[in-house]
Amino acid sequence: MRNAYLEALYELAGADRRVLALIADNGAIVYDKYRRDYPEQYFNFGISEANMVSVAAGLASCGKIPFAYTISVFLTMRAFEQVRNDVCMQRMNVKLVGTGAGFVYSNLGPTHHATEDLALMRALPGMTIFSPADASEAYQATMAAARMDGPVYLRLATGGSPKIYEGEQGSCGQQNFQPGQAVLLRGGNDLAIVGTGAILLEAIRAADELEREGIAARVINIHTVKPIDREIILRAAAQTGRVITLEEHSVTGGLGSCVAEVLAEAGQAGVQLRRLGLVDSFAESYGSYEQMKQRNGLSKEFVVQAAWELMEN
Amino acid sequence: MDEALRKELQEMAGALRGSIFRTICRGGGGHIAASLSIVEILTVLYWAVLRIEPRQPRDPERDRFVLSKGHAGVALYAVLAKLGFFEEGVLETFGKFDTVLGGHPDMHKVAGVEASTGALGHGFGFAMGQALAGKIDGKDYRVFALLGDGECQEGSIWEAALFGPQQRLDNFTAIIDFNKIQAMDRLEEIVSVSPLAEKWQAFGWSVRQVDGHDVGQLAEVLGSVPFEEGRPSMVIAHTVKGKGISFMEDVPIWHYRLPSAEQMETACRELGIENFSREQLV
Repeated sequence: MRNAYLEALYELAGADRRVLALIADNGAIVYDKYRRDYPEQYFNFGISEANMVSVAAGLASCGKIPFAYTISVFLTMRAFEQVRNDVCMQRMNVKLVGTGAGFVYSNLGPTHHATEDLALMRALPGMTIFSPADASEAYQATMAAARMDGPVYLRLATGGSPKIYEGEQGSCGQQNFQPGQAVLLRGGNDLAIVGTGAILLEAIRAADELEREGIAARVINIHTVKPIDREIILRAAAQTGRVITLEEHSVTGGLGSCVAEVLAEAGQAGVQLRRLGLVDSFAESYGSYEQMKQRNGLSKEFVVQAAWELMEN
Repeated sequence: MDEALRKELQEMAGALRGSIFRTICRGGGGHIAASLSIVEILTVLYWAVLRIEPRQPRDPERDRFVLSKGHAGVALYAVLAKLGFFEEGVLETFGKFDTVLGGHPDMHKVAGVEASTGALGHGFGFAMGQALAGKIDGKDYRVFALLGDGECQEGSIWEAALFGPQQRLDNFTAIIDFNKIQAMDRLEEIVSVSPLAEKWQAFGWSVRQVDGHDVGQLAEVLGSVPFEEGRPSMVIAHTVKGKGISFMEDVPIWHYRLPSAEQMETACRELGIENFSREQLV
């Protein structure tokens, strides 16, 4: 995802001199090509996230389009008030790009896991949140962020995310990325799995397994967490009656909360809902990303188990 | 400095103090002492230094001024009204329901306000972004930011302090209103920021110190930026919090407070405000 982002940024910077890459001493090597070709559109702030965001807002006030990039936790949490006051309150055209969504930086431990960022960012007025599921979608989301005028939080995993979509990078499979319009990854009317980000891979794996057992699970990719696609959620709830949310994030304030709000406000609180994610905890343990998913209850077995529990009700 | 100009600037500063006092008293309270300490700084900036045109507040070539110590917003409002960015009558709405003049300035509501400030440690970096944009575009506008001394306790200030010299932002000038008092007490009694000049020098800034109430000194120093090519400029302005009202001067309690009827009378006399009455003010 990170490389797809950089590819998009490289194209954007070449086409529009207002586009600037801001970094906080993270990702230096992957920026090499960009830095070589657009040195005047590249600024490394050192380990100073708060200042990077304030300066980004000031740059935007003069017509620049800064993409401020660093590890998600440091961007959205350490610099939260700068994001709130300097970017959102003043409605500045700043793109905040956080890497290390969820616990993809598995071995680095919870200081480097972004597991409350969605809750924080979605509370901010005027913020758009893109949470792509794979590299091709990250590319499209970056392009979409550049086309919009206003603050965007782009939540990226890191390098080497498995493909969710078939086809060449940038094509998003057969779909074109439409902000605010979720994508149906699988059809099915027995239950719906609503997910966001790279963890959708587990939803697809679970749907495959459930299919072998005769259960048709619909899989929905919420690549835009804010504004959320209410229609697709309500339709899934109405047609299946069973909804599982899946996120590499705390269930408090994240996608699970978003979906619960949508259902409750539409009078569909009677739908069976199960929220999978971190429950009042930081991500447990160290290990590979795959091991971390398992330990933290987000690998496909847990999705399948939740599906069976809902089916038996 | 030319005597006539000095007199003119001093008179303007006096008029602004009266305007600030009336606005805050009419509005039922505000950060009065922190507004009074920056009056000469703003006077010199807006009447002798900044290249701005009130009728074109969004001209991309204009100089920018960011009030990083946003709690002194009333002082900025008084200046902008006097210059005609908006009608002076708008000052009367300060503190009233639905006014555009909040306790801290809003760039989307008030013409001439370059950044919405109030949370300390934000405007400095924001203004630096404007200076950086000017450098990128090869424009010759300049950016000025006014900080509080207490504000220098914020960590974000020192992140930006490192960044400005690194980027060689000699189109950027910061001024510190060094009145030595923060909300609750003297800085020396809470968390000292001294020695201020040495700190900024050590961070790579070109530093000058001035009497922040001497319009001649301010005009000379602010009119000669950048002090060094390739470095951002820092002006440490030694000021008196509450300047111009005897019982407020250098007294910590006046950070945010409304004078009593008797005190108002004294203040009006000292500021040369005529035809006042308490009813009219509050």
